[in-house]
Amino acid sequence: MSITSLLNALPGACAQGIIWGIMAIGVYITYKILDMADLSVDGTMATGGAVCVIMITNGYSVGVAMLCAFLAGVLAGLVTGIFHTFMGIPVILAGILTQLGLYSINLRILGIGTSAGTASNVAVSVDKYNLLVSLRYVRSLALNNPIFASLIFLVVLILVMYWFFGTELGCSLRATGANESMSRAQGINTNFNKVLGLMISNGIVALASALYAQYQGFADVNMGRGAIVIGLAAVIIGDVIFGRIFNNFALKLLGVAFGAIIYYLVIQVVLWLGLNSSDLKLLSALIVAVFLAVPHWKEKYFTSAKKEVDANA
Amino acid sequence: MLELRDIYKTFNPGTVNEKRALNGVSLTLNEGDFVTVIGSNGAGKSTCLNAIAGVWPVDSGSIIIDGEDVTSLPEHKRAKYLGRVFQDPMTGTAATMEIQENLALAKRRGEKRTLRRGITKKEQEEFRELLKTLNLGLEDRMTARVGLLSGGQRQALTLLMATLKKPKLLLLDEHTAALDPKTAEKVLNTTDAVIRENHLTAFMVTHNMRDAIAHGNRLIMMDEGRIILDISGEEKSKLTREDLLEKFAALGGSMDSDKVLLS
Repeated sequence: MSITSLLNALPGACAQGIIWGIMAIGVYITYKILDMADLSVDGTMATGGAVCVIMITNGYSVGVAMLCAFLAGVLAGLVTGIFHTFMGIPVILAGILTQLGLYSINLRILGIGTSAGTASNVAVSVDKYNLLVSLRYVRSLALNNPIFASLIFLVVLILVMYWFFGTELGCSLRATGANESMSRAQGINTNFNKVLGLMISNGIVALASALYAQYQGFADVNMGRGAIVIGLAAVIIGDVIFGRIFNNFALKLLGVAFGAIIYYLVIQVVLWLGLNSSDLKLLSALIVAVFLAVPHWKEKYFTSAKKEVDANA
Repeated sequence: MLELRDIYKTFNPGTVNEKRALNGVSLTLNEGDFVTVIGSNGAGKSTCLNAIAGVWPVDSGSIIIDGEDVTSLPEHKRAKYLGRVFQDPMTGTAATMEIQENLALAKRRGEKRTLRRGITKKEQEEFRELLKTLNLGLEDRMTARVGLLSGGQRQALTLLMATLKKPKLLLLDEHTAALDPKTAEKVLNTTDAVIRENHLTAFMVTHNMRDAIAHGNRLIMMDEGRIILDISGEEKSKLTREDLLEKFAALGGSMDSDKVLLS
């Protein structure tokens, strides 16, 4: 438990944090902007990596592989959207159905080229292929450091999102999340917008997944398990810490990414303090539960205080 | 401008909660008509308004706005023809968005939303001038979130949004019922002014008999999902509260709503 081992682990935590920060921006779009909890991301967080790794190992370039990973995520979002709007399934359940279905699909994707037709993980070595990010160079002081590449990715994504949510279409998406009755009264097709939001969100998550698979050197069918909780943790931490100082939309997204980085740094410290890594998911779940409860408690406390004032008046 | 032909609507059909809300409503509004709609609770006033707005499909009958049959159009497609102000001040605006963003959304009602800017510099100037007409000082708070405004301010803003792009028909659903009397009067005066200046056709549901008499050129009374009284022209302008109660009693109705009696 030397401090050196902690310091050695920090660059890795940072890189992971940035990649999961990209993922958390996807979650932000559904959870904060559209006001829906989309659980399909647990599936897409593996689909993107699976598509990317299989394409790279089959000779496609990283760029093409990541574009296809993005499109696979968009498609998954479309399915959840159709479940929710066209088939009238509550959004949480729609997400769970997509996530469950994706598990089989992900096994099939990873199994492409194998005799069995399914596989639960596939490696992609940085020795053999030209990858965008890799864990191996996380402590190097060169351009191939994954922190550098993923940071550029993050900044470009934030700029694109900033632009998009300032357009007529982007504004109508925000309105859909803020007030559906008003949106329809203003001629906005709220169902279309929800589907579109789910598609964008899952596309971004799949892109983060593609980066993450390259970073760790393999895609695994279980790599997305609990992704929604990590994404929510990042969104909430970002909101709690930076919510008051970051008012601009681009800064809010940056706050979400910082939230993810802080989450991974904290996790690293907790591991360093001796927590077993298999207990991490329990810790994450508890942290998110507490943070989600805070606004509820605040309101309860605030209203009871107000009532007292009214009674005294 | 608006034609309703024999509209029927039953909620929860076949269950113990079955409620026949609209029972053959037919109505024709001419261009420039400002009709006030009154009736006791459950008479079908708001249901009638929601049928026009397309909140849900009607069971039978047809709805024609400006010569176009909109009966099968979903709510967001009918929005092209309609300006709407709701009873709850929270419903008409997006609380987490800026005042100017709300106005920009309303300005694009009925248009395709593209990847052009959601709000332009030119529009900001236009909105500033418009907000000045409300005399609420909102022109200096254009980037404030609407959630920070009071109920009256939000209703005034919603009214502005509903008429920013001239609607074929303005639908007002008890839009002053949730406000205190003084604010309600202000919002009603603004409503009158907006309708007059833009020569709008309007359909105003109200609980308040005095408001129904004082505003508009036509008055409709509803009961049990039907229109039972339709007064317009000179008769409407001379109408008093006593006349109205008398007419209602003559029709065999009973005023069971305290709100209507007391107002």
